[in-house]
Amino acid sequence: MEPVRYSVLHETRYDYGSPVSLSQQQLHLSPRILDWQQVEEQRIEIKPEPTWRRDGRDPFGNPVTWVAFHAPHDMLFIRSVMSVSVMPYLPKNLEKSLPWEVLRDRLAYDSTDPLPDDLDATRFLFESPHVRIKHELANYAADCFPPDTPVLVGAQALMAKIFREFTFDPEATTVSTPVLEVLENKRGVCQDFAHLMIACLRALGLSARYVSGYLLTRPPPGKPRLIGADASHAWVSVYAPGSENDWVDFDPTNNLLPNTEHITLAFGRDFSDISPLRGIILGGGGTEPDVAVTVIPLDEEEIPSELLDPKAAALPDSAKPAADKK
Amino acid sequence: MARTLLTIYPNSPRRYDEMLTAKGDVRPHWEPFLNHLDGLAPEEMRRRLDFAEQRIQENGVTYNVYADPNGADRPWALDPLPLIIPPDEWAEVSAAVAQRATVLNAMLADLYGEQTLLAEGLLPPALVYGQHGYLWPCRGVKPPGGVWLHNYAVDLARSPNGRWWVIADRTQAPSGAGYALENRLVVSRVFPEMFRDLRVQHIADFFRDQLDGLSALAPVEGDEQPHMVLLTPGPYNETYFEHAYLARYLGFPLVEGQDLTVRGDTVYLKTLRGLKRVHVILRRQDDAYCDPLELRGESALGIPGLVNVARAGRVVIANALGSGLLASGALMGFLPAICRHLLGEELAMPSVATWWCGEKPALEFVKKNFDDLVIKPAYPTQMMDPVFGNELKGEARADLLRRIEARPHAYVAQEMINLSQAPTWSRAHERRLLARPVGLRAYAVTTPDGYSVMPGGLARVTTGASTRIISMQRGGASKDAWVLTNGPVSQFSMLKPSVGVRDLVRAGANLSSRVVENLFWLGRYSERFDDSARMLRVALSRVVIGGGQKTNVVVAAMELARHLGVLPELGEDTEIREGSEHELLEAIYDPEQPGSLAGNIRSLMWSATHVRERLSLDHWHSLNRLQRDQQAALKVHPTLTEAIAFLDRVLGVSSSLTGFAMDNMTRDDGWRFLIIGRRLERLSFLAMSVAHFLRMPSTRGPGSLEWLLELSDSIITYRSRYSRQPELLPVVDLLVFDDSNPHGVVFQASVLGRYLERMARELGADFEGDLGGALERLRSFDLARLENIQFDSARDCVHCEALADLLQGLNDAADQLSASLGMRYFTHVGDVSRQTMAV
Repeated sequence: MEPVRYSVLHETRYDYGSPVSLSQQQLHLSPRILDWQQVEEQRIEIKPEPTWRRDGRDPFGNPVTWVAFHAPHDMLFIRSVMSVSVMPYLPKNLEKSLPWEVLRDRLAYDSTDPLPDDLDATRFLFESPHVRIKHELANYAADCFPPDTPVLVGAQALMAKIFREFTFDPEATTVSTPVLEVLENKRGVCQDFAHLMIACLRALGLSARYVSGYLLTRPPPGKPRLIGADASHAWVSVYAPGSENDWVDFDPTNNLLPNTEHITLAFGRDFSDISPLRGIILGGGGTEPDVAVTVIPLDEEEIPSELLDPKAAALPDSAKPAADKK
Repeated sequence: MARTLLTIYPNSPRRYDEMLTAKGDVRPHWEPFLNHLDGLAPEEMRRRLDFAEQRIQENGVTYNVYADPNGADRPWALDPLPLIIPPDEWAEVSAAVAQRATVLNAMLADLYGEQTLLAEGLLPPALVYGQHGYLWPCRGVKPPGGVWLHNYAVDLARSPNGRWWVIADRTQAPSGAGYALENRLVVSRVFPEMFRDLRVQHIADFFRDQLDGLSALAPVEGDEQPHMVLLTPGPYNETYFEHAYLARYLGFPLVEGQDLTVRGDTVYLKTLRGLKRVHVILRRQDDAYCDPLELRGESALGIPGLVNVARAGRVVIANALGSGLLASGALMGFLPAICRHLLGEELAMPSVATWWCGEKPALEFVKKNFDDLVIKPAYPTQMMDPVFGNELKGEARADLLRRIEARPHAYVAQEMINLSQAPTWSRAHERRLLARPVGLRAYAVTTPDGYSVMPGGLARVTTGASTRIISMQRGGASKDAWVLTNGPVSQFSMLKPSVGVRDLVRAGANLSSRVVENLFWLGRYSERFDDSARMLRVALSRVVIGGGQKTNVVVAAMELARHLGVLPELGEDTEIREGSEHELLEAIYDPEQPGSLAGNIRSLMWSATHVRERLSLDHWHSLNRLQRDQQAALKVHPTLTEAIAFLDRVLGVSSSLTGFAMDNMTRDDGWRFLIIGRRLERLSFLAMSVAHFLRMPSTRGPGSLEWLLELSDSIITYRSRYSRQPELLPVVDLLVFDDSNPHGVVFQASVLGRYLERMARELGADFEGDLGGALERLRSFDLARLENIQFDSARDCVHCEALADLLQGLNDAADQLSASLGMRYFTHVGDVSRQTMAV
């Protein structure tokens, strides 16, 4: 199996209504290295030049960058440029995973030493800021997990159920819409569907984590791929010890198991652990950012030259492509 | 001696009595105290109780209760009888508390580091990862000296067999040590003889240990002195009194989040003289709200970037961010094994029997024994009051059981224990002891030699004899705790620490901009309330003289009051009343009316509250008296005479406030801003009073000049200089141009100018505005132009108009100056940080 290579550009621009005198930002914009994902090249360009910068790892092992700006500025532009290759990593057989109750009981505490992998997985077993655990969620997932269902089969059924019953609607929710509200209104974006699926799984006593990254959006046949049409994406990873990578990804927004068309940026308990760009500013006026993501497969068709040499690309001064969440 | 006090004291077989044995004999360590109490005459005891109450009132010892309809600031409830603990018993308690602090600190180190406790199954992951109090961004952060838990408090109770048990651990930002200190200061003066003779251990050493412990950890560079601050969420916090009190006692600046700023990996205090590095933050703010960049983002209280400073090891945060995790009652059952694992020793003091429902067998036990248990939340961040199983019936009981069943790991059950009881003094009776359930909160602080435990602590009693929850929120009372010693009593006092020459600190070097801003407004408001009181007294006394008639003098005085904003402007549809009393009384007593005296007092109290740690106790007493007077007056309908008496009293307080400011405050930058605030306010008031007076046709009547002199507090000076009726020229000379009259315009303006010059020199800044120019123009006014003007009858007086314009000009320059000071030096509380987020 051949890896698929991508070049990704993730650009964020803030035009502040009035000068920002002090700003600190936390960036989760560098892809992490995984068994099935290699990072060939990666850099972050920032304007204006930060006064202070530190790179490190967050507690979940994701690369993180902190920057601070101490001089007044009225715009902030951050571009993450990366070349990544992704190996196919589809699990071979969902049926072979453990019955979900067996796994649930393994993850529950019984005062003996836990297996190291199980212990790691418990980091993703409980409530987190965007994932409240309520009995409504367990009820919603119940028919996907009849007794003795292999955990991955149940997860797939849950994914399909969410895909079937929910409508993709960027207007319906915001970053802070609670999961229960999403469940009630049956509308949302990728982030909401991921949080909902995670909440359902955790309500059953299973470990699930939130994955942020990018998705190659296929252009309609015969049309060129639009620059900036792609956006950052989010999906779910379910703990299933014994499967190829112990964790198996599910994309409830598209009802599929991610393979070579999903590029992983980071994972955490939920969005709040790995928001691509989170900051605190003093001053400023309007602060809605413009975000553009471009994902280009490197080994096929003709590639727009400015993408191969991002430095040649002008800062998007006037062109502000619409930002969509998927 | 006949034990008169004991005859009706209820000893209970169900509880341990602190004072009596089961047989009803007095325990030896209570003997002398009880004898003393028995020997005190009722009136003597009454006098001592009054002293205690008064002291608490005047020191403004309060405990804010959000839900209290009487607003914040409920006076602290203190029972005068101490809880007495003998030396040998305390030695055991103290060692056990220190051990517990040690093991909890080791737990934090483990849970934010290696996590062997989880790997070995000694602690369920649910109690770590399942808690909001586990702060993920702090994983891997190593605080200076490996100390996470700098301040620890533990709630202890005594079971019927006399053993002390742990009820709850406080590891977030333990409160109450300051109240314990205040209790000690009061109670040791209520019973000074007993305090001395019983050899009660002092608690000042404990606070010195706290200071030493924190300084020893401070990550200073070179010969830097550790710069330590106390971080408070602000005056609305229930224990704000204590924050201010401790800050003053420890000598730390009291700061709020917005006073601190992070640059790179260093945290600074914003001061008048620029940014000053901070090495230690003694925090009374919950950790989740400490850094909106990495922790809870919606918090405006925090310090963006603080986690990064902690990560770099460049600040001591006491307690370390993330320490609140251990306050979970669910941990108690796991502690004995953890103690063996981490310290290699047995846990010295047992915790009250606790079942964490997250374990199946425990859950079954809880369901079976529901009636004998108290149900509590497993996580300190959960909002839930303890529930007594046997009090819960019917649907409520079924509902709680369902909730426990659905999320068992979120609940713990504890055995109900019968607290011991201690004697309290009945306020309702002349001479009576009541028996009340009692608990003790003990305190430990880190030092280079391990934990130091406060001898004593904060004892708390319930309101009723059968009440089961001890809580200051629910109206319980506190007690001083006297730990007796066989050895010598330490004479150490925080008030005279031994300081070397190089430790000398000159006050004010680290004044935060916010403190300076509040001092400036404190100055302005204390002058403003003095001015409005004077204006109202002039008007009211004229009403009295006029026998309630609206004489010309009354009309003129009220018109001036309107111009000065002391009375509201007359609107088109304002009802004109014949009597002026009503309007004047409202201007005195109605805090909602803009510009009213009551409103000014409220604003004054507000700014004073924000700089409370910088005011002397006497200063604070006066302010409190002022507010009490005003609140007392609200309840009755005062007569005119009472109102005038109130104004007289208020003006008396005002001059004592001035006295404190002049005599008792160090001459630092903060003081200078306070005085500049006062001067600015008085300058505006005087200039505008005279300017309006000169312009108003209504003042052209007999008697007007006299009340203008009274308004400016210059009538005595005038009479001593001119033994005749007031005339325009000498009055204007005295009130405007005489640069020896402290109630004169030119005097105020030149003094203000001198302060500003000095400040400009020291702070290296220039002030915008034209105060000097405006003053020169005023001075060049030729007084001869006012000669031979019969003010009483003058109709249009062009020269008066010209002078009024010059005064107005000076006032405008003062306003401009005030604004430019604000721009340059103040925090601008309105300008807060905001969170941004992009996907």
